Amino acid sequence: MSNKDQYLVRAEPFYRAQGREVELYEAAYAARLPVMLKGPTGCGKSRFVEYMAWKLNKPLITVACNEDMTASDLVGRYLLDANGTRWLDGPLTIAARLGAICYLDEIVEARQDTTVVIHPLTDHRRVLPLDKKGELIEAHPDFQLVISYNPGYQSLMKDLKQSTKQRFTAFDFDYPEAALETQIVVTESGVDAELAATLVKIAQTARNLKGHGLDEGISTRLVVYAATLIGRGVAPQDACRMAMVRPITDDADIRATLDHAVDASFP
Amino acid sequence: MVTGVRQVQDARSRSYAHPQVQTAWLELDCGFPAVADVFEECIDTALASFDAAQLDAYLEAARFIGKLGRGPEPLLAFLEEWPAVVAAASGDQEPLLPQVMGAIRAMQKSPNSKAITPFLQTLAAIARRLQSAEQIELYIDIALNLMQRTSGSIHGHHTTFPSPGLPHFFDQAPRLLDLLSTAGLRNWTDYGIRNYASHPERQEDYFRLDSADSRAVVQRERHGTLFVDVERPLDLYLRALWRDSEQLVPYSTAFDELRKPIPYYDRLGMRVPDVYDDAHGPAGLVSGLDRYRAVLAHMVGHRRWSGQIIADNYSPFQRMAVEFFEDCRIETLLMREYPGLRRVFLALHPLPGETECDPETTSCLRHRLAMLSYALLDPKHPYTNPQLLEFVARFHEALGDGVSSTREMADLALSYVARTRRQSDQFAKVHFDNTVIDYRDDNRHLWQYIEDSDDEEFFDDPDKQNRKPAESQSLPPRRYPEWDAASQTYRPDWASVYEALHPSGNAADIDRLLDKHAVLAKRLKRLLDLLKPQDKVRIRYQEEGSDLDLDVAISSLIDYKSGVAPDPRINMSHRTDGRNIDVLLLLDLSESLNQKVPEGTHRAGDGGTAGQTVLELSQEAVSLLAWAIDCLGDPFAIAGFHSNTRHEVRYQHIKGFSERWDDGVKARLAAMQAGWSTRMGAALRHAGHYLSARKADKKILLLLTDGEPADVDVTDPGHLREDARKAVEELAAKGVTAFCLSLDPKADDYVRDIFGKRWRVLDRIERLPETLPTLYMELTR
Repeated sequence: MSNKDQYLVRAEPFYRAQGREVELYEAAYAARLPVMLKGPTGCGKSRFVEYMAWKLNKPLITVACNEDMTASDLVGRYLLDANGTRWLDGPLTIAARLGAICYLDEIVEARQDTTVVIHPLTDHRRVLPLDKKGELIEAHPDFQLVISYNPGYQSLMKDLKQSTKQRFTAFDFDYPEAALETQIVVTESGVDAELAATLVKIAQTARNLKGHGLDEGISTRLVVYAATLIGRGVAPQDACRMAMVRPITDDADIRATLDHAVDASFP
Repeated sequence: MVTGVRQVQDARSRSYAHPQVQTAWLELDCGFPAVADVFEECIDTALASFDAAQLDAYLEAARFIGKLGRGPEPLLAFLEEWPAVVAAASGDQEPLLPQVMGAIRAMQKSPNSKAITPFLQTLAAIARRLQSAEQIELYIDIALNLMQRTSGSIHGHHTTFPSPGLPHFFDQAPRLLDLLSTAGLRNWTDYGIRNYASHPERQEDYFRLDSADSRAVVQRERHGTLFVDVERPLDLYLRALWRDSEQLVPYSTAFDELRKPIPYYDRLGMRVPDVYDDAHGPAGLVSGLDRYRAVLAHMVGHRRWSGQIIADNYSPFQRMAVEFFEDCRIETLLMREYPGLRRVFLALHPLPGETECDPETTSCLRHRLAMLSYALLDPKHPYTNPQLLEFVARFHEALGDGVSSTREMADLALSYVARTRRQSDQFAKVHFDNTVIDYRDDNRHLWQYIEDSDDEEFFDDPDKQNRKPAESQSLPPRRYPEWDAASQTYRPDWASVYEALHPSGNAADIDRLLDKHAVLAKRLKRLLDLLKPQDKVRIRYQEEGSDLDLDVAISSLIDYKSGVAPDPRINMSHRTDGRNIDVLLLLDLSESLNQKVPEGTHRAGDGGTAGQTVLELSQEAVSLLAWAIDCLGDPFAIAGFHSNTRHEVRYQHIKGFSERWDDGVKARLAAMQAGWSTRMGAALRHAGHYLSARKADKKILLLLTDGEPADVDVTDPGHLREDARKAVEELAAKGVTAFCLSLDPKADDYVRDIFGKRWRVLDRIERLPETLPTLYMELTR
């Protein structure tokens, strides 16, 4: 079972619940219902899955999806070896065999025909046919599928098919409330609460611009980066520019506005 | 002084008590009594600043001007203004006087001698603004250049007509130099010369600052941060920092002299000045953009925290005090939100000296309130007045950690006015210096008037607001700039493009046309099928791929087992091969399209192109192309254009990207008509504006035209050509590829200039229906 152990989350990940998502997830897991996590980037979706895997003490297999990903990248493929060909399981197949939580991150990045392979696993059948190998895998009783995507920034082309969407229960994530986000920043980076509150305020400034030239606001993750830099002795203004403003925009007007917000936020 | 009346008596014999004045008068040798009346005063001023040699030069110049034969005005202007000019230009007349005299001689020798008087009259005002001899020299150069280039001549040798614009130029110059640098003035003048050199009345309008484009060019050349340049950052600023959004309306500060408008807001939007220079405050430099931000932040503060008070209960002084307290309250709250704003506010806030105003002779209320206002914002203020300190303490106590209220501030203000009142507050002489806080709005939202008050002023005419704009049938025009190759600048808002739906005709006509070309259509269809996207394409021979390519793998394995180096490229992968092309077909619908196709060029047995107009042929071609693109599935739009001067460029919508190729579109296509001229640049820009909003990988603008750009209000054939070339460059910068199919056999001369390599000339027009779709397929293959 050492194979299974390598996927276990050992240390407790820091996660601060925003609502009742922890109990709701536990209920979904108890029924082995597939789960979909929606929300902007850097708001804690992946951290939440990691935390739940730790809490339920189940292995977690994460796949970061991308446009070049094909069905065989998920399911598995034949490789050559000295005696002929050898089948190699893909991450989805491994999870189904081991009874792990399979987490497909940013699922819409993968092409739609690719994501169809998860369909038989996500309804009452709970099977995964490996047509090339001629095998039908019954999913392990502990297996669960979790997908995440960001409804905000992708183009219309990259939406989930209705037939895929309607196989999941869903959570809507968003950036936490200011007070909670401040706490998170304090815990993650160790800066003092006042500074963390200022950083969160700047992040919210940028979030106000979503849809007006910004695809996404400044994520909690970036706020933590900025706080970490400040904790290592970087001047606050520089850290904010480097970690919070520069990464999110190439638009000179927006950059100037956010730079001004940074300047205006520090006395 | 009465002008125009010839005085008979000679003033040469006038005698003066002061011997020096008497000598000077004799030297001047002048017979105008009007000059004699003021001469003594002028010499007194001159003696105060000039030494003997300078005085001699001054008198010498005056004598010359007096003998020009232009009456007493130029001489009077010179005598009175010159000492002030020299004083303003740092006291040395040596380099300046020859310059000015040279200019006067030049004007005297040309027919422009009438302009000498306004030149001399405004010279002192100019000198005060320019402050240095070099700058004044530049100014004179600009004026002389204007004179030379606008003086008219009949046979080309001698200038015989005076420059119409020159006197107006001199009249306006002081005002212009308030707004423009000398470089800006030069650009403004050049623009006027270039566009109105041959049109005296328009030229006068231009140099009198009466015409719209004259003002537009002034606006463009102004120094400082222009509102139009920062509108978007300001909008972002409001949204990002204050979660507010409001229409921002600039008001003009260039042409209001008596009363400078102040920022304000009402239900129609936030009004801000159209330009801000960088401010050099007591605490350092504040950029124009930051000044705009301060204005907006202040208004946002009012919108968030200010209530309304009934104005009728207060005296004007009390109201002023209430406004100061309230402004400080909201600014304190703003600075709580963003502490860094304190820097900006304090840098813009005047810092009046405590003893600057004398309460015995002047009304000091403004001065007291400005000091108080500063002290309320800056804890490190320098003031020591006990009353002031007491009220600062009471203010902060009232605010505490809460937000207080407008009501509470009004009470505080009333008690402040009562405690600090002085008799002298009523004086007419009010101390204004250093008390104007220009980023604050006029607080009109603060007051509620129950009765009509007579001291209330709005600079928007209330009648004007109530008047509803006339309902118009079509869309309002979109204005586009036009490239002026001579000056390498854009003419702002030059061409007005009116977009309208093309009228409809009979859709069956188009179907009939398509039937007529059924044979051709069949041929095209075969080509089209080849082009259709084959959604998935297999790529073989990959070292890394999604699947094992078994054929290759087996042969590799055989190689391996038999000891030969195996081919490692045994995988295959897939690639989607979709077309992602948006195309806009822009049709030139100018008059020349109504010409018949020349006889003798048609092919026998083609069903008769003979006698057809170019328009009908284009119609067939466009129908076929539209049908072909529709088969391919690429999104496409069709539009036509023609123009009747720059004020009326018509852009006719025939098919939009999201419209289907159906009867509605065909009906519009069937009604295609030609007329007027070809202002290509404006149409290209408008079409490009639609295309650039599309998200396709490749955006193509296909222009079908039969001639070069031309319009009835443009005499220089190169101008519109250059403009079209510029428009194509702009399109390229936006990621739009423009391609031109020209039906003009002589197009080679100019089409290359405009479209670079992307053009084709069709010399056999009757083949157009066949060529256009094939061309498109070649372009997008």
